Amino acid sequence: MQKNVHHYVIMSVLVIVVTILTYWGLNVLGLMPVQASSQAVQIDWLFDIEVKLIAFFFALIMVPLCYSLVVFRQKEGDETDAEHIEGNTPLELTWTAIPLVIVIALGIIGADNLRQIKTVDPQAIEIKVIAQQWKWLFQYPEGFSSTKLYLPVNQQVDLKMQSQDVIHSFWVPEFRISQDVVPGSIEDYRITPNLLGNYKVRCNEMCGKNHAYMESDVLVVSQADYKTWVGTQALSAKATEMASAGKPDAGRGQTLYQESGCPACHSLDGSKGIGPTWKGLFQSQVKLTTGSSVLADDAYLTESIKLPQAKTVAGFSVNAMPNFSYLTDGQVADLVEFIKTIK
Amino acid sequence: MKKSSSRGFGTALLLFILGLIAGTVVAVLLHTLTTGKFENGYLLDLPSWLLGALVAVVAFLYALIGYYGVVKGLLWQVAGTLLGALFVTALRAALGMPYSDMNTFWFTESAWVTGVMVGTLFFLAGVGAITDWYKMALGQTVSEHHTDVPGFRKYFGVSLDHKVIGIQYTFTSLLLLSVGGLFALVFRTELAQAGMQFLSIELYNTLMSLHGMVMIVSILLGIAGVMNYLVPMMIGAQDMAFPRLNAFSFWIAIPAAVILLSSLALGGFDTGWTGYPPLSVRAPLGMSMFFVGVWVAGWSSILGALNLIVSVLRLRAKGMIAFRMPIFVWAATATSIISLTATQMIGLAFQLVLFQRLLGMPFFDSTKGGNPILFQHLFWFYSHPVVYVFVLPGLGVISELLPVFVRKPLFGYKWVAMSSLGIALVGFLVWAHHMFASGMNEYLRVPFMFSTLLVAVPTGVKFFSWVATLWQGKLVRDLPTPMLFVLGGIVVFLLGGLTGPPNATVSTDLHLTDTYYIVGHFHDTMFGGYIFPFFASIYYWFPKATGKRLNEKLGKWHFWLMTPSFLILTLFMMRVGLLGMRRRIGDYDPAMGFGLWQMAMTIAAFLIAAAILIFFYNIYLTVKSGENATGNVWKSRSPEWQVPSPMPVYNYEHEFEVVGEPYDYGLPGSVYVKINSEEV
Repeated sequence: MQKNVHHYVIMSVLVIVVTILTYWGLNVLGLMPVQASSQAVQIDWLFDIEVKLIAFFFALIMVPLCYSLVVFRQKEGDETDAEHIEGNTPLELTWTAIPLVIVIALGIIGADNLRQIKTVDPQAIEIKVIAQQWKWLFQYPEGFSSTKLYLPVNQQVDLKMQSQDVIHSFWVPEFRISQDVVPGSIEDYRITPNLLGNYKVRCNEMCGKNHAYMESDVLVVSQADYKTWVGTQALSAKATEMASAGKPDAGRGQTLYQESGCPACHSLDGSKGIGPTWKGLFQSQVKLTTGSSVLADDAYLTESIKLPQAKTVAGFSVNAMPNFSYLTDGQVADLVEFIKTIK
Repeated sequence: MKKSSSRGFGTALLLFILGLIAGTVVAVLLHTLTTGKFENGYLLDLPSWLLGALVAVVAFLYALIGYYGVVKGLLWQVAGTLLGALFVTALRAALGMPYSDMNTFWFTESAWVTGVMVGTLFFLAGVGAITDWYKMALGQTVSEHHTDVPGFRKYFGVSLDHKVIGIQYTFTSLLLLSVGGLFALVFRTELAQAGMQFLSIELYNTLMSLHGMVMIVSILLGIAGVMNYLVPMMIGAQDMAFPRLNAFSFWIAIPAAVILLSSLALGGFDTGWTGYPPLSVRAPLGMSMFFVGVWVAGWSSILGALNLIVSVLRLRAKGMIAFRMPIFVWAATATSIISLTATQMIGLAFQLVLFQRLLGMPFFDSTKGGNPILFQHLFWFYSHPVVYVFVLPGLGVISELLPVFVRKPLFGYKWVAMSSLGIALVGFLVWAHHMFASGMNEYLRVPFMFSTLLVAVPTGVKFFSWVATLWQGKLVRDLPTPMLFVLGGIVVFLLGGLTGPPNATVSTDLHLTDTYYIVGHFHDTMFGGYIFPFFASIYYWFPKATGKRLNEKLGKWHFWLMTPSFLILTLFMMRVGLLGMRRRIGDYDPAMGFGLWQMAMTIAAFLIAAAILIFFYNIYLTVKSGENATGNVWKSRSPEWQVPSPMPVYNYEHEFEVVGEPYDYGLPGSVYVKINSEEV
């Protein structure tokens, strides 16, 4: 042991130097995107602790490994074996116990960090998020919906998320949090944006063919701008409703066609998609998987939107169409009205 | 002899090309006949190409070995698949049910699934993997001796010799590794730039999904190969405990791989390797082929693990008490305990989705009382522990080879042995850390965070013990290739391990989950824990298997080309992942500015592929005209190196006795095994 003291001293110094260099290098590189939520600040704080640990343990293993490779390497012409050292129980106990303490501490810090990012603000604005292949739709409490998510800065929002078909996941990298949206349940996503800017929500759970393209704009705006925007949207939604005085409207139907993600499966130009095309659909004879045919009238179209599994068109898959239960009867009628115009 | 075999190879190549053309033409004809119109696109259609490839492979093998073994098995499998599918079709027609579906390639999905299951049984019968049991059932006597056909043909048919089976496993594993790697190369090229260049998004999704599972099956076969080859030799046994079961475990993996790959031709699928419902309930027919393929491959894992555990428990040489076993045997045992007890879960999970697809049982349909999250629990209950199945044998190889090359005992042998069991045990308690963002019960996240962090403790014991073994060890001067791969494995696995804790703490994982950070992290653990040690063991034990040593110069090229490329690949993956690159996407937003990183990753991937090609060339060169190495090439104390290479059938001609510790390098006069050759 005595004769090796200088090896241990050199190694310890090197471990410290490499730790500092690694941590400094990673920081200069910059690991994370900008922080755009107060939750991101807390998460990055924990991540930073972990980067420090990573830098230290990286040095602790790599330095003696490289040192041994260079310094203790078999000398030219030396054919003898190395010194016979079988092990050292106190040492093994040490490097079992210390990491154990570290991981327990990290677990406690991690649990507390989770508690912090889950903090509930009772004043949070609730916005309904509807995920479906391959589209996001946001329904605001003021009674309108939007394909872009507008959020006020420094105000907690509680996104009530639901999926109409398969599992999706809501992830805004600048917010640092992703949350899966599982069909059949409503997931909470609480976030407090703290930086004005334009971001993107991207689906973060493989959801089929166009998963890569399932993204929407997320705009964090000032509280005043938010109020103005909500006011305008609510007004214009009301105006369109008033304009047709409760009657179905093809124009609204067309907007719904886009907003609800219908183009992903139903074309307007006759080309075959995942679902039948809408071109010339109204009043045509539709062949079903059962072998029989049915006339595509108002009743059939309404049923096919509300209960997609009731009748399946020959050549298409029974489970392909998501559930559109969030559409009101009026909205379904608007869509049917729109279909009638596609000739 | 030599002349005729080289002529055979030429014929085989010719038949391969003819087979490829013939298969493609037949597929195009079938297409045209069933759809009533000919389209140019069919010539480049995947189903046509794959049918062509299947015909080509069978033709190639036929020219090489004749109507024997795997050729017979594959032909029987095709016949069995058709018979099974026709049977269900006839049954459906008789019952007045729809019996044909153009969306699922003529047969209905239930006909296809039944067909490939029957095809699996036919393969096993055709190849001869169940012949002995059949004879036993009839009361006929079967030979207890390993009677192999001579020459290289024995590797293409049923053999009961664990060394032949080990090599069969390893070869098949390398084949699947190449196929899975090729898939990765194709979609990695697509990812080099934003936008879709030459793949359709559907094909991208299928290739990406298959890459995962093909690699997993490849790894499972690879570890089975190394364990099969080494464990009986290391414990001084003549063979595994159940040689016929051993052969069965290997051969059932072949139809499994064929079924798995057939999903590419039969409509593909788009779920990733995880196959989460409800998406997997809606996916095309390829999904079912994927499920059945994995289900069948699971049998290989379970039965192989059972065999290995029994062998280690019952067949050890005299004096080989538990704490005198070579450390690799400990790792193999720990791995097998996981395989034996967890594999059923993924089989069950996939089977339930199949039942939902085929029979309408709504296990995961929330509108009918099912629960999609249940699938994830079942799936990860296997799929997390299985990553320890992948890495434990590799870590065992590292622990096994380090002492030989630093000429010093393995530091803290008992601690290293116990850490394998510790990892296996803790590995069972962490599965839900894959589901922190899944919407499972929130309070579950904290206990799973603690259990996950706990994995760091036994893993740390391994790292510290390796470093302590290296410390003051006289590392051999010229750094032979196996040692390079061991050191590379330690470094890469260290990166994989260190990038783990941010995924373990819940709040940070919410940012990292399902991103390229995860992709980089687990490729580091897989390469460090499996690929590097796997190559180390091939370079190390190649002389034992063949009596020839792989070319050192090419080996070093392989290592020095692959390692830096791989580090660039995974570090860049983590980099873009942290910045917002999601996993499993075929296209990405160019505005994110990942173009250069992606291009660099693609170039790195091609360099890795080049390194693997060098490796294959090395094997070809060595088998053809390699340097003879029949002695104790690495001056190891392990029993298998105390007898000349290649190892004879039934391993040791004389029994040996364990009289000392396995890794007493540097202790003058110490002996590990005494081979009782002089005494009678």
